[in-house]
Amino acid sequence: MESHDVIIVGGGPTGLSAARRLADLGIRDVVVLERETETGGIPRHCGHLGFGWQSHKRLWTGPRFAAELRKSTKGLDVRTATTVLELLKDGQLRIQTPSGLGEMAAKHVLIATGTRETPRSARLVGGSRPQGVMNTGALQQHVYLHHNKPFDRPVIIGSELVSFSALLTCRHLGIKPIAMLEENPQISAPRPGDLIARFVFGVPVRTSAKLIAIEGRKNVEAVEVERRGKREHIACDGVIFTGQFRPETALMPTGLPSEQFSSAGNVFGPLKTSGECWQQGVSAAEEIAKRLAN
Amino acid sequence: MEQRFDIAVIGGGVVGLAILRRFAIAGLKCVLLERGSDILSGASKGNSALLHTGFDAPPRSLELRCMKAGYAEYLRIRQKLNLPLFESGAIVVGWNEAELAALPAIVEKAHKNGVKDVRAISQTELRLKEPNLAKNALGGVFIPGEHIIDAWSAPLAYAHQALAHGAIILRNADVTDGEFTKDAWTLVSKRGKITASIAINAAGNFGDLVEMIARLSPFTIKPRKGQFVVFDKPACKLLRAIILPVPTAHTKGVVLFRTAFGNLAIGPTAEDQDEREIATCDSETLNRLKSHAVEMIPALSNVDVNATYAGLRPASEHSDYVIEAVKGKNWITVGGIRSTGLTASLGIADYVSQLYDKNFGKLPKKSPERFWTPVPNLSEGRIRPYMKGDEIVCHCEHVTRGEIDTALAEPLPAGDMGGLKRRTRAMMGRCQGFYCSAHIAEITKGRFDGKP
Repeated sequence: MESHDVIIVGGGPTGLSAARRLADLGIRDVVVLERETETGGIPRHCGHLGFGWQSHKRLWTGPRFAAELRKSTKGLDVRTATTVLELLKDGQLRIQTPSGLGEMAAKHVLIATGTRETPRSARLVGGSRPQGVMNTGALQQHVYLHHNKPFDRPVIIGSELVSFSALLTCRHLGIKPIAMLEENPQISAPRPGDLIARFVFGVPVRTSAKLIAIEGRKNVEAVEVERRGKREHIACDGVIFTGQFRPETALMPTGLPSEQFSSAGNVFGPLKTSGECWQQGVSAAEEIAKRLAN
Repeated sequence: MEQRFDIAVIGGGVVGLAILRRFAIAGLKCVLLERGSDILSGASKGNSALLHTGFDAPPRSLELRCMKAGYAEYLRIRQKLNLPLFESGAIVVGWNEAELAALPAIVEKAHKNGVKDVRAISQTELRLKEPNLAKNALGGVFIPGEHIIDAWSAPLAYAHQALAHGAIILRNADVTDGEFTKDAWTLVSKRGKITASIAINAAGNFGDLVEMIARLSPFTIKPRKGQFVVFDKPACKLLRAIILPVPTAHTKGVVLFRTAFGNLAIGPTAEDQDEREIATCDSETLNRLKSHAVEMIPALSNVDVNATYAGLRPASEHSDYVIEAVKGKNWITVGGIRSTGLTASLGIADYVSQLYDKNFGKLPKKSPERFWTPVPNLSEGRIRPYMKGDEIVCHCEHVTRGEIDTALAEPLPAGDMGGLKRRTRAMMGRCQGFYCSAHIAEITKGRFDGKP
């Protein structure tokens, strides 16, 4: 079985920064496994500014940040289109590559599979199932990677930082959200987020507004919202479910299988920015280097 | 279309497709007219995908007869069409003393229906079989022959086999009117006029409306909505058998079952409505279903929900199916086929062919299948294309680029995004398209326009 010192599962900010740091610490036998055809992770499709400060002391867009991460790992063993299917015991992995199924092993495996937003289904939102309902992540890919405008007048559900990323993404292609709906009495992003939404983007923020149902046959036609005990219908042609991030733990539904595995970045602990993930990748690499030395 | 067909089937659900397959194999010239932009876009798109023995069906009913015949034929043909079968068995569980008391009658009815291997099991045996069930499961009835299948691959395979035997399937072909003159029907559809010697109404939730083309409908469709909640794959390990409730007069009740795709689902509810097309979910009911599942299997509280959906079954005021030939009108009615339709479809097709034989002309005595059209496997635990290294597009369900291309290819390319999802399961996993939906939108751009 192919075997290495370290295997890193996930080629996003955490995984790539850990790979770079391990190489700098003199640990050369490191492989990064990335299931997509390109590394860089979520920043690849965050087309707006706000990336790179912690790592490079620059203010970049997400794709630029992702490109810099790729550049920094040039020459390292980074394998795309390689999917880890299952964590076995003793640092072994079941994988899928362009040549089929296989197994790999390492003295240490770092899980850096990141995070994703909670989709409509897991929120148990009622209504029909028309087209035009998506998370911010999917919207960003539509807009920044494929230059596709999935709707014109959506509502945004949630008011976390990522909800503002959704606003920026909409603005990029001239999509004009009708409203930002927040279930809680206050918005989740730090103040004055609501003022920014209203005055910078021209999008009203409605707090204490709970989404009850999505309406529409083929495409979204309206949403039903409950606000202060009253129900109202808001006409719109799309719904963007933002935030409520959940770690991508599909590989470890009952936790890590043995001590040869550890996790870092957004698959581990509370939600972090890509810069914080990058830093956590550095610390994880140092931790792993120490372990390997012992 | 200028040509004259022997058979025109109205409705491209599992029942219509099984009928189309049956007559096409018999060598008749057949056409199927489907109102949706793809097959399986009505009642057939949202069911629980179980293969039933008929142990609890009304004795001596046509439904039971068709279910038994359909069950047997599915087992006969499934390997040649590459269709899955998960021999899970089912257990009717008694959760309190009153339900426990109702179990012996269920065993008795099953035996009367000819399902002889059904037997009562004690609480000890129940716990041995299903250790994750809640402690208040007191006992049960074990039905070894109830199985899990894949609700979309089976009818898709029937469609492909019908096409291979020369049938034609027209989509976006809503039948709005028709005229019977002397010996043939001229059906008016959104895709033009179709002439056929015999028309067969398998229009599901629109069955009574289509029936009006031929006569005053002997049945009225009362769409019955069923909502479902689907748990993520780790849940699958928590259950083996299909868990059935003690049934009521109105419905078979809410079922907890594994799916062929390695998930665990609960549903359906039974809610009567007038709307024939749109089945909506409501969060109250979804929450109730989820809690109900957790009550039955407490360990489910740690598993995420992947998906929710709702289906509409074409119930009618009759307790049995309405399948009859209208003599002098060259018309066959296939109406009120409720949730058992997936199991019964092949049996219904056979029964309909007998009605044809009796009333409208002789079918060849023996007409073995000349072509087999195995469909791509979507189910867990069997060979899938990603295992050979094909590029994965949908990571949650391991759907490959090759599978998507196949679903978009002739002879029956997916007619819309829903059709693509049903053919591949792309975007139906835990992330619901967070990672891949934009990529798939790009792949399918312009591919759904103007498909026949």
